[in-house]
Amino acid sequence: MEFFHQNLSYFLSGISVGGQYALIAIGYTMVYGILRLINFAHGDVFMCAGLMMVYLSSTLPFTITIPLVLLLTVLLGFVIERVAYMPLRSAPRMSVMISAIGVSYLLQNAALYFTGGLAKVYPEIPFLSNSIVIWDATTRVVTIVTPFLTVVLVILLTLLIKHTKIGMAMRAVSRDFETSQLMGIKINRVISTTFMIGSLLASVASLLYFTNYASVTPTSGAMPGLKAFVAAVFGGIGSIPGAVIGAFIIGICENIIKGGASIFGIPGSGWTTFSDAFTFAFLIVILVVKPTGLFGEKAVDKV
Amino acid sequence: MNAFTRKVKNCIIYAIFKLTSSSFTFEMEEKNMKRTMLSVLILSLAALTLFAGGGSDADSTIVKIGVFEPASGDNGAGGKQETLGIQFANYVTPTVQVGDTEYTVELVIADNESSNDRAATAAATLINAGSSVVLGSYGSGVSIAGSDTFRVGGVPVIGITCTNPQVTEGNSHYFRICFLDPFQGTVLANYAYQTLGARKVYCLAKLGDDYSGGLVNYFVERFTSLGGEVVSETFPEGNSDFTSYIANAKNSGCEVFFSPVSTEAAQLIINQASSQNLGMSILAGDTWDSNVILQAAKGKNVDITITTFYPEGANPEFDSAFKEWVNADATRLSNNGGDDTISAVTAMGYDAYYFALQAIKNAASTDPGDIMEALWSTEIDGVTGHIALEQVNGDAIRNTVFVKHANTTTGGWDALPAVVVD
Repeated sequence: MEFFHQNLSYFLSGISVGGQYALIAIGYTMVYGILRLINFAHGDVFMCAGLMMVYLSSTLPFTITIPLVLLLTVLLGFVIERVAYMPLRSAPRMSVMISAIGVSYLLQNAALYFTGGLAKVYPEIPFLSNSIVIWDATTRVVTIVTPFLTVVLVILLTLLIKHTKIGMAMRAVSRDFETSQLMGIKINRVISTTFMIGSLLASVASLLYFTNYASVTPTSGAMPGLKAFVAAVFGGIGSIPGAVIGAFIIGICENIIKGGASIFGIPGSGWTTFSDAFTFAFLIVILVVKPTGLFGEKAVDKV
Repeated sequence: MNAFTRKVKNCIIYAIFKLTSSSFTFEMEEKNMKRTMLSVLILSLAALTLFAGGGSDADSTIVKIGVFEPASGDNGAGGKQETLGIQFANYVTPTVQVGDTEYTVELVIADNESSNDRAATAAATLINAGSSVVLGSYGSGVSIAGSDTFRVGGVPVIGITCTNPQVTEGNSHYFRICFLDPFQGTVLANYAYQTLGARKVYCLAKLGDDYSGGLVNYFVERFTSLGGEVVSETFPEGNSDFTSYIANAKNSGCEVFFSPVSTEAAQLIINQASSQNLGMSILAGDTWDSNVILQAAKGKNVDITITTFYPEGANPEFDSAFKEWVNADATRLSNNGGDDTISAVTAMGYDAYYFALQAIKNAASTDPGDIMEALWSTEIDGVTGHIALEQVNGDAIRNTVFVKHANTTTGGWDALPAVVVD
């Protein structure tokens, strides 16, 4: 217990970062499940949501800004899909992926142009930014709110997928793209909805993430995006619970390793230097043991 | 840009390309038409660039000074402020007397993106533009990375605030007008040990960064020789979660947090240190002398002390003239971080420009080779003090370090007594 007490701040930040990765990872995994596309622009949509918040909050109050940012990010996700992916529906899968990489760089460079390359300070959101003390570990309210909010959102999403018409359509499309089209499912609508849900969750994640790490740069979407993608693969790409659990594991591992000197009682500076290396090595081990990821479906060859 | 993600993406593209290249060959036939059109387009574009290139004609009474500074990336904020100092000096003194003729000084600006792999390209741009002498860069890493290109091009460079010794070591084309890290590190270690009374210090540097890594090394060297103890850690590029590092500092019982990192990481550290209630002094080097830090620290529960090149208020004439100039233009104001605080790098940039002009005058020529010769014996009295170079590496002879403390209520710097080392 004393051990837990002493190292509480590592676990807290691990859980909170894990929750933020989870919200981004869902966007990756859903799009992959339906389109078999790795949407590289997703991390940059997350970054754009952060920048929108920075610019909008300088003139508008938070009660308007927050819903507006959520709305605009959803719109951004929708537009990206319509402009860059929909015209390539019948093209080889690689072309769509290249298009995704193109969108990613477009967003990064547009952000570079607007910000002038400088880091923007994320606004302090009342309540979420407040400091609180939990069992002698000082942290922000957002750290505590994140895991709960993530779980609530994931439950809502699962309900949506299990019990609504659009959710059923999504499941059908992810099972078999062409057959579901023949069955009268409006495929473009389903895909748009998927992108919109992904973007919405990414913008919630950006709200939580940047409240904790309050600086937005054109590349600040890159690392969280990559880690979330890794989490999605780790949990078995295409599976929503897999992505969420994978993200929590990655987030917690990362912070435990950073605090290795204190948690494992072995002093040395290597812990923080190689924290990312350890995380990714862990990923390799899991994938070697279980190639489809934790909850991945087995690939069935259709004859 | 995040080089790591870029590499990951490139690998994926390459792998997929390998897998699918066989299927491409079948589609080639129908694509022939498109390819012809594409080549026509490329040819016409090439022709356009040729015409555009023909327009500019070299004016014989123009001398070009290259500005090798980051305008984006980790050090973008500092690079822009240093560039502002140079631009302001150019605005005050736009001409230089070379022999009997008066030359107009033209600034050629290239962005090295704070990235070691872009430094050589930016350096080549400046050389090809015909710069007689180059100023910069903010950030030791890019200076070292670009150095070889300047050496081959035979253009002398004046380092303004790059403090790592390797920048000028063992070469005759890179000069420098600021103090060095061994000196700064020693001063900081003395300060932590003697003034702050700390016996155990937490040091945080960025992995693979020449500036913060070097400064931490010199600090550790001095601090341990004084009898203190250090805990030294590094964080990887692209990291924005410093909560665990702050927890490490607290758990290991350190009394001072020393992190001379880029301002971008500094913003995050200050923010998280405040929300986690770090409870110890934060100590940093010249990089933190920026209004970015002041804005981040304002109203926060942090105690920040830094060492720097120039304290605002040391030269009221320069201060007021610069403020007027910055406030006159919205772009300048935003490049200075949104307010008219004078950071030390701006004053240093200002001095570097006059140092270069003096060298051109002494050389009585605009030839880079002649200027390189003349630089060794150039001396000026700048706003940051008297500048003269020693004859081994071409580094400035400086013995004063200014110390400042961030005032979190007013959002300004409070000057502490300067440290003079004999």
